[in-house]
Amino acid sequence: MSKITRRKFLAGSAAGGAAMMLTPAKKAFASGSFEGFPDGMGVLVDLTRCVGCRTCEAACNKEQQLPAPDLPFDDYSVFDEIHHGNQKRRTTDRAYTIVNRYEPEGADKPLYRKIQCNHCNEPACLTSCFVNAYTKTPEGAVIYNSHVCVGCRNCMIACPFHIPAYTYHSAINPVIKKCIFCYYTRLKEGKPPACVESCPQQVMTFGKRKDLMKIAKERIHKNPEKYVDHIYGEKEVGGTGWFYISSAPFEEAGFDITLPKKPIIDNVKDFLAIVPMVLTIWPALFTGFHLLATKGKSHGHGDDHSHDEQEGH
Amino acid sequence: MVNAGKQLITGLGVLLLFLVLSVSCYAMDFPDEVEIDSLANLYEGVVFDHAMHVDATENCADCHHHTTGTGVSDEYCAKCHEGDVEMDTVSCQDCHSADPVSPENLHNPAPGYVYHDDKPNLKAAYHLKCLGCHNEVDGPTGCEDCHAKTEAGEKFYHSGEFAPAEGAAHGEHE
Repeated sequence: MSKITRRKFLAGSAAGGAAMMLTPAKKAFASGSFEGFPDGMGVLVDLTRCVGCRTCEAACNKEQQLPAPDLPFDDYSVFDEIHHGNQKRRTTDRAYTIVNRYEPEGADKPLYRKIQCNHCNEPACLTSCFVNAYTKTPEGAVIYNSHVCVGCRNCMIACPFHIPAYTYHSAINPVIKKCIFCYYTRLKEGKPPACVESCPQQVMTFGKRKDLMKIAKERIHKNPEKYVDHIYGEKEVGGTGWFYISSAPFEEAGFDITLPKKPIIDNVKDFLAIVPMVLTIWPALFTGFHLLATKGKSHGHGDDHSHDEQEGH
Repeated sequence: MVNAGKQLITGLGVLLLFLVLSVSCYAMDFPDEVEIDSLANLYEGVVFDHAMHVDATENCADCHHHTTGTGVSDEYCAKCHEGDVEMDTVSCQDCHSADPVSPENLHNPAPGYVYHDDKPNLKAAYHLKCLGCHNEVDGPTGCEDCHAKTEAGEKFYHSGEFAPAEGAAHGEHE
């Protein structure tokens, strides 16, 4: 006897749904074809340049007027922190960006990685939000409206990079908090985010995403022995506004290299698309079947039938 | 008398010009110290011991790319700048803009200058060069090894007299 798990059931449903939706008309609306706003801004993060000074963290704290940190921003013992078993630091409601240290195999010096919202072209947080709190702006930022957030935390589960954080300490109005690309104070006016501007090493280069992509490719092309031949975020989850180049394989710097090339929404879109159809067509269809099947039959017959069944029993 | 005076002054001027030219041609005139403070804010400016670094490096081009007329270290730069003579402008800020997002930093280089399209801004030019080399030769690499924090800096980093209270250190984590 095969056990039907929830996972198998969902996979089956999705596969069935996908099969039903394979019509040319629907294909025209396939997501994943959206490659971001043409003039959307982005940031190229060059991990080979980062020295782990944490100045970006301090700049973010100041710009976003976040609460004072537990430890000074020039305290490097935070790189040794391990949370929840085996986890390096993550972004929180009090720190929208953090830097972690990694020791790639065979490298003679550590590799530092700055983590913040990657501002996806097709954000999973946005598509998972049922109150439409999230917006992807033409400038490239993924922002959110705290006033409509109901605190369901779907976006926290949806985000492939585990970025949105939650104000658990707030008993009255807990909301989501995350990096917003300094949208209101800087990006809207064409200025780079505070972390980018503060960085002494220009680990981050700010500009139009399409221009930065060329620069990233050129850096790899010019220094093939310095960089691994991959731009993390060029294709991952449909492309991200912030993307990375690195001297070590990305998995050794804590990146999730199992992420799909397509946006997260593609995983469930086909399945979700058949839900309205099921709700509208199926009732009418099966009512019709029922009426056809029972046409010309009286209640008496029905009674007889049930009687027969009982006798057979 | 007036004419003689004029001639004397002209003569002296020409002599001085020759002197200056000969010094700059044969003795590589460079400053012993450079105060790098145009961006000082969170940290004090750096009094850079230029003379010591001139002794410590093999070639001026290690830092100055192709502007000093002493050859080019970087093969990539050498493609165009091999055999360049000393330029009028050799200081970092003559080429590296202090503006972190100026378009000339990023793209649209002037026609014919397609290879200067990914130029670091001034702050990064300093740090990438200094730290990059210091990492290789085991020079000082801590922020405050080169420049002391200012009060604004301590406030910015929540350090020194602006450090969080001891008790807060392990407040909301774990």
